[in-house]
Amino acid sequence: MVTETKPPAVGIRSACKDYGSFTALRSVSFDISDNEFFTLLGPSGCGKTTLLRMIAGFEGITDGAIFLYGEEIENLPPDRRPVNTVFQNYSLFPHMDVAENVGFGLRMLGWTKGDIAARVKQMIALVKLEDFAHRRPAQLSGGQQQRVALARAMAPRPKVLLLDEPLSALDLKLRQNMREELKALQQETGITFIFVTHDQEEALSMSDRIAVMSAGEVQQIGSPEEIYEFPVNRFVADFIGDTNMLEAEVQQVGEGFVTCQIGDAQLTAVASQAVTQGQKGWLSIRPERLTIASDGLPATVEQTIYLGTDTQILARIEGGLNLRVRAQNDGARLAQGDCIFLNVADGAARFLVE
Amino acid sequence: MRGFDPRNYTGFLTVTLVCLFILYAPLIVVAVYSFNDSVSITRFTGVSLRWYADVFTGLEAAKFRAAAANSFSIAIMAAMAATAIATAAAVGMVRGGNFRGKPASFALISMPIMVPEIVTAVATLIFFSTIGFALGYLSILVAHIVFCIPFAYLPIAARLQGIEASFEEAAQDLYANRWRAFRYVLAPIMAPGIFSGFLLAFIISLDDFIITNFVKGAGVETLPTAIFGAVKQGIKPNIMALSTLLLLFSILIVTLSYLIGRSGNEKYQN
Repeated sequence: MVTETKPPAVGIRSACKDYGSFTALRSVSFDISDNEFFTLLGPSGCGKTTLLRMIAGFEGITDGAIFLYGEEIENLPPDRRPVNTVFQNYSLFPHMDVAENVGFGLRMLGWTKGDIAARVKQMIALVKLEDFAHRRPAQLSGGQQQRVALARAMAPRPKVLLLDEPLSALDLKLRQNMREELKALQQETGITFIFVTHDQEEALSMSDRIAVMSAGEVQQIGSPEEIYEFPVNRFVADFIGDTNMLEAEVQQVGEGFVTCQIGDAQLTAVASQAVTQGQKGWLSIRPERLTIASDGLPATVEQTIYLGTDTQILARIEGGLNLRVRAQNDGARLAQGDCIFLNVADGAARFLVE
Repeated sequence: MRGFDPRNYTGFLTVTLVCLFILYAPLIVVAVYSFNDSVSITRFTGVSLRWYADVFTGLEAAKFRAAAANSFSIAIMAAMAATAIATAAAVGMVRGGNFRGKPASFALISMPIMVPEIVTAVATLIFFSTIGFALGYLSILVAHIVFCIPFAYLPIAARLQGIEASFEEAAQDLYANRWRAFRYVLAPIMAPGIFSGFLLAFIISLDDFIITNFVKGAGVETLPTAIFGAVKQGIKPNIMALSTLLLLFSILIVTLSYLIGRSGNEKYQN
């Protein structure tokens, strides 16, 4: 079978962005595949929005190149790039109704009136706003405005859809519903989505792959599982999910594992990269990978926090270190001062460097 | 900070009333005496509309009508031209980022407000005679366009500052080039500001006396210069009627400008 080598949907090559003395992006390179739900995740100021705006064409590139299905686009103005954006604040045109908003891109592309009407109808049906086609944006709720923004951006059949924190203005319940809808919409339409967010839950729940960014650099690219289970450095482990981050020093280097001293105990951990004996770093252990067992690390319960499905237990191990443990609520209750043993699941401890 | 509210100061009300009285008393006198039945401008003998009738049908009616035609046609054209220039300037200043010469550009735009009008008037007159531009209707129009620009600019720029840049980005993202993004998205959203600026420029042009008087040349009059000319031969009550009409018209336009500016802001907050 001959496999056709389709160029990546978006190729970022050594993209740099300087604002005077401030560097927003330092030489970022990666590919986004066709039909992928790709997320740029990071804290504010990490460069994720800058990168998205560079793909859209709102920001110039200081150095490097951007390819869209093999075509170099970094010097094209935004109106000549076949990508569309869902803006954080939606930016729906206030003087146009829903149908006019959705049809705007098509009108600018020179579609005929009939084609525009048909496509607008189809898009409005896709986002379930049939009854609101002739309302102005100001007459819609936040969730409805969000759908209009989606329909408007998807109507011209963009090669890539860019989404700039589109859910951040919605309340929690709506946000969770929209996650599922966005994911379904992406699968239905087959459009490549590039989604920017600072919300790791959003990123984990929707993405095919995530690029975790910090300080203008990509820290790690991988599937949600890879990012969560196998963080490559301290920043990623800390930023994604909750973790116990303990300072540690490598005592012994084994075949695919290292041994570290934690408090009075020795722990076996998987190293994220090649390390040498005596190297200093951190051990990251997810609270849910620690279990209360009949033997293991002896610890004392310092505090318990009831969270509904789980209980978070703060346990002090010998040597004075505190570990957070997340245990499912199965009826047994622990009290402050109880003596317990903690078991670290196989491969749960990860040795990380900065 | 309640203690610092000037409304709580002793005598606040008195000072306010005195100020308002000093500001508006002359206008009120003019307005009241325009309804005087007498030829005298100091003795009030009874209520009548005879001087209003006189403005339209009296001896000087033809002169006033010609002056009004000049005033309105110049005000409309000057306001349109100034609004167009001010809109372009506002887009450049507000959306152009921090380009070199931005403070200088702003100073240039606001110059007619800053510089004493008499200086502008003399300078404009010298300019016209230096380049050999004939004084008359056209010279008034050109001068009015220039000094109306800052008045049109201020509400337009204020409006534009309140419009998020992402509207234009969204338009460009949806395949509109810069011009079409302005034409189909920015301009309609700016419209209340543009209209407000137009009305302000219109009223400033309509009311202008000093510059007009310098550059009008012989035989061409606008309403303010016609009124001034008539007053030189002694104040007749018909001048008060004409002034009151002009005052009412100004108040109407300024109010309209304010209301449009405000309602637009409420309507288009994103």
